[in-house]
Amino acid sequence: MGTILKEYRYTPAKIKRGYSGKSLYLNLTDLRFEQKEITDFMKEKLTGGKGFDLWYLWHAITPETRWDSPENEIVMSVGPLGGITQYSGTGKTVICSISPLTDIPIDSNVGGYFGPLLKFSGWDAFEIQGKSEKEILIFIDGNNGLIQVEDASEYPEDTHLLAEELTKKYAEDEDDMVNVSVACTGSGAKHSYMAMVNFSFYDPRRKVCRFKQAARGGLGTIMHDKKIKALVVRYRGITPNLNDVADISTINKVGVKYHKEMHDLDHKQNKMRQIGTANTVMIMSQYDLLPTRNFQTGGDPETYKISPQVFINEWLTQGLHDGCWYGCTMSCAKCADHFLITTGPYAGQRVTVDGPEYECAAGLGANLGVFDPQAILEENFYCDTYGIDLISFGTCTAFIMECYQRGQITQEQMGGLDLCFGNSKAVLELLHQISRGEGFGRIAGLGIRKLKKIFTEEFGADPKLLQDIGMETKGLEYSEYAHKESLAQQGGFAMATKGPQHDEAWLIFMDMVNKQLPTFEDKANALYYFPMFRTWFGLVGLCKLPWNDIVPADNHKTDAPAKVPEHVQNYVDIFNAVTGKSIDKEELIIQSERVYQFQRVFSVRMGKGERKDDYAPYRSLGPVSREEYLSRQELYDRQLRELQNLDPEKMDLDEKIAVTRRYREDQYEQLMDAVYRRRGWTSNGIPTPERLKEIGMDIPELLEVIEPKL
Amino acid sequence: MKVLTHKQELCTGCLECQLACSRAYFKTDDPNYSAIRIVENNRTYRARKCTQCGECINMCTANAIYRDRNGVVRIDKKKCVGCLGCVGFCTELVMFYADDLEVPFKCIACNICAKACPEGALEVLVSQIKEN
Repeated sequence: MGTILKEYRYTPAKIKRGYSGKSLYLNLTDLRFEQKEITDFMKEKLTGGKGFDLWYLWHAITPETRWDSPENEIVMSVGPLGGITQYSGTGKTVICSISPLTDIPIDSNVGGYFGPLLKFSGWDAFEIQGKSEKEILIFIDGNNGLIQVEDASEYPEDTHLLAEELTKKYAEDEDDMVNVSVACTGSGAKHSYMAMVNFSFYDPRRKVCRFKQAARGGLGTIMHDKKIKALVVRYRGITPNLNDVADISTINKVGVKYHKEMHDLDHKQNKMRQIGTANTVMIMSQYDLLPTRNFQTGGDPETYKISPQVFINEWLTQGLHDGCWYGCTMSCAKCADHFLITTGPYAGQRVTVDGPEYECAAGLGANLGVFDPQAILEENFYCDTYGIDLISFGTCTAFIMECYQRGQITQEQMGGLDLCFGNSKAVLELLHQISRGEGFGRIAGLGIRKLKKIFTEEFGADPKLLQDIGMETKGLEYSEYAHKESLAQQGGFAMATKGPQHDEAWLIFMDMVNKQLPTFEDKANALYYFPMFRTWFGLVGLCKLPWNDIVPADNHKTDAPAKVPEHVQNYVDIFNAVTGKSIDKEELIIQSERVYQFQRVFSVRMGKGERKDDYAPYRSLGPVSREEYLSRQELYDRQLRELQNLDPEKMDLDEKIAVTRRYREDQYEQLMDAVYRRRGWTSNGIPTPERLKEIGMDIPELLEVIEPKL
Repeated sequence: MKVLTHKQELCTGCLECQLACSRAYFKTDDPNYSAIRIVENNRTYRARKCTQCGECINMCTANAIYRDRNGVVRIDKKKCVGCLGCVGFCTELVMFYADDLEVPFKCIACNICAKACPEGALEVLVSQIKEN
C-alpha cells in the first residue's frame, strides 16, 4: 500500500559513548535528506535531547516564524543516556517545535520505543522542516540504512488503528513487532491546536500497540500541517550495550541497586507498579490539591469513586510488565484491557486503554466534575486515538464548562451541547466533534487563549472574568494541580519557560504542606534548583518519575530529602559511566542551566519570555468567586488577620475577596523579583549577559537577542 | 518441575559445587560466576540457588525469561537486553550477574554441581507440582 516517493540510503553511524554523532535532516517540501554532524560544541554546551532540538530549531526559524510556517521544524532527540537498559526510565525523547498554542518553543517529552530505536538506527536527532504536498509516512530501517518516504493517504487516521497496521506492515514476523515503533497523531489534529504525537511500543504479552504521548503544545497539529501521517522506525537487535558505554560495570551496579529498591519499597511507597501515577488522586483530594470544576476547588466528596483502588480492582490488568522502555522496573504505564467503548466511531468495540495516568483522572475526571471511572477511561481512549492532549483538552473544557456555568456562553452557542460539569456524554460528544471538525468542535480545541477572544468578541462574554478563570499562561493550559495555597507552585507554573506544566517544578508539598520554603529567597532557591535539575532529564533521555516517585529507605535522614540525594548521585554516576566524562552534581545543574537559559532567550527572540508573559490568571493565585472564598473561608479569614492585620468580621465578602486579591498579587510580584534575581535575570525577566557568561553561554547570537532588552 | 535441592545436614562447605558450576559455564574458579552459592552461618551451610518459582518470568521487561518443558526457568539470551531487573527483583537473591557479562545467569537444575558434591548433599528432584 502506498507509492514510494523517495528513498534515501545511509550507513548507520556506530554509537560511541552514548552518541551516534549524526543527526538526520529532512525537508518535506522537496523531500531532501541531509546528514549533519553533532559537533563537540553541541555536546559540551547542549548535552543532547532538548538541547539539540532547540539548537536546530533556533537556526531554522526567524522571529516571525509561526507554527504553520514552512520553516518551522519538528525536532526530536533522545539524549546520550537514552536507550540504556540497566536503569528505570531510560527511553525518553524530547520533541520541540514552535507551538500553535504559545508561538514559542514547546518541548514535550515522551516514552515509548521510537527515540531509542532512532538512535540505534544511527541518529542522535531527527529534524523535519518544510511541508509535504501529499500525506506521507517516513519509514526508517535502522538495520539496513534505508529511509523511505511513502504516500500515506490510504492509511487510517486514528492512532490505535494506524499504529497497529504499520507495526504489522513493517515487522518481519510477530517476534519482530517489538522492534517497530510508530510516531503519529490522529483525526483530532485537523481541527485543534492541542493535538499530540503518540509514540508506540508493541506489548508482546497483550499483543497490542501501546502508546506514550508527547502531548503538550500542539506538536500533533504541526505534524498534521506538515502532512506527516506517521514516522516509523524499525531496529532489530536490542542488546545490553548498544550505547557503547564507557563503564558498564558501574551502570550495572547502580541499576541493580535501584531495581532492588523498587522491589523492596514501591509497595510501601507510591505503588507505581500497581497503579502508576494515578496513585495520587486521593492524596491530592485530601490535601485540597485535586483541581475540581475548573480549579474552583481542590477536591470533592465524590473523589472516592475514581480512587486508585477502584481502577486497580475493577479496570486495570495487573501483573504484567508495563514499562515503556526496556529495563524500567517502575512500570507505571498501566492499562485497561478489553475495555468496551460506548460512544463515537468505535462504539461496541473492545480496546486496550493506556491509562489512566494522574493527569487523566484529574483533568478528564475531577476538573470536569466527572467522577465516573468508565467515562474517564473512554475519554482517555478517545483523546489518545484522536491524538488530543488530554491535559489541554481537560483544562480547556473545564474553562468552557465554567463559562457556561456562569452564563458567559449559552448551550446554543455551543451548538446544543450541554457542557455542564459532570456531563461526560457531552464531553465525549465534544471530542467526537473535534475529531470530525463539526459544530462546537470546530473551535473548542483551539485552546483557552483563543477561546477567550472568541467568547468575548463573538459571544459578548466578560473579558475580565474570562481572564481570571481561564487557566492558561503563555497560551498553554495548566496541568492538573490546584495550587492556590502554594505561592512557590504559582511561580513554578507561570514562570515555566514553555508554559504552565509541572515538569519544571512541583513544590506544593515542600511549600504548602511541609512549610520548608518560608521566605521569598527559599522559594526562589527552589525555583532555581528544581527547574534546572528537572531540565536535565530531557537533555539526556531520562524519565523524571524514577527520581522521586520512589526514594531510598533512609532518604528522610539526608540533608535534602526533596532532592533525593542518592538518586541524584545515581544520575551523576550513570552519566559519567555512559559518556566517560566526569561531572559532579553541581556540573549537572550547570549542564541544565545552559539549555534552560538558552530556551528563555529563545522565547525572548520570539517576542515572549519577559515579565509580562510570566503572570498567572488569578484563579491560580487565589479565590476568584464568592463560592471559592467561602469554600476556604476559615483559611482566608485567618490570613486576613495574621498576614494583613485586618479584621474579617468588619468586612463584607466582596471586600475580603478584593483585599485578599491585592495581597496575593503583590506576593506574586515579590516572588517574581526574587526568582528573577536567583536565575540571573533582569527585573523584566531577561537573562543577563553576565549570567550567560558564567555558565559559558555568552554566544554572540544569544547576546544579540537580549541586548536590546537590557 | 526440576529443582535443585540441598541437604544442609550433609553439607561440609567444601564449595566443590560452586567450582563445578563456574567451571562448567564460565571456565573459571571465581565463585562470582557460580549459580549456586554456599553461605556459612555458624558452621552450618545454606545453599543459595534458584527455587524455579518463576516470579521473574512476568516481570522481565524483554519477555526473555520462560519456563522450559521440564519446568526449569530459563533466560533466552538472544532476547535478554541485560536490564538486570530480574536480579533486583529476585526474592531469593539467586539471579546472578557479573561485571564482564552482559546478561544475568541462574541455576537451571543441570545436575553438574550435584555430581560434584562428595557428600551427596545436592540433588535435582522432579516435583509433581504442576507449574503455572
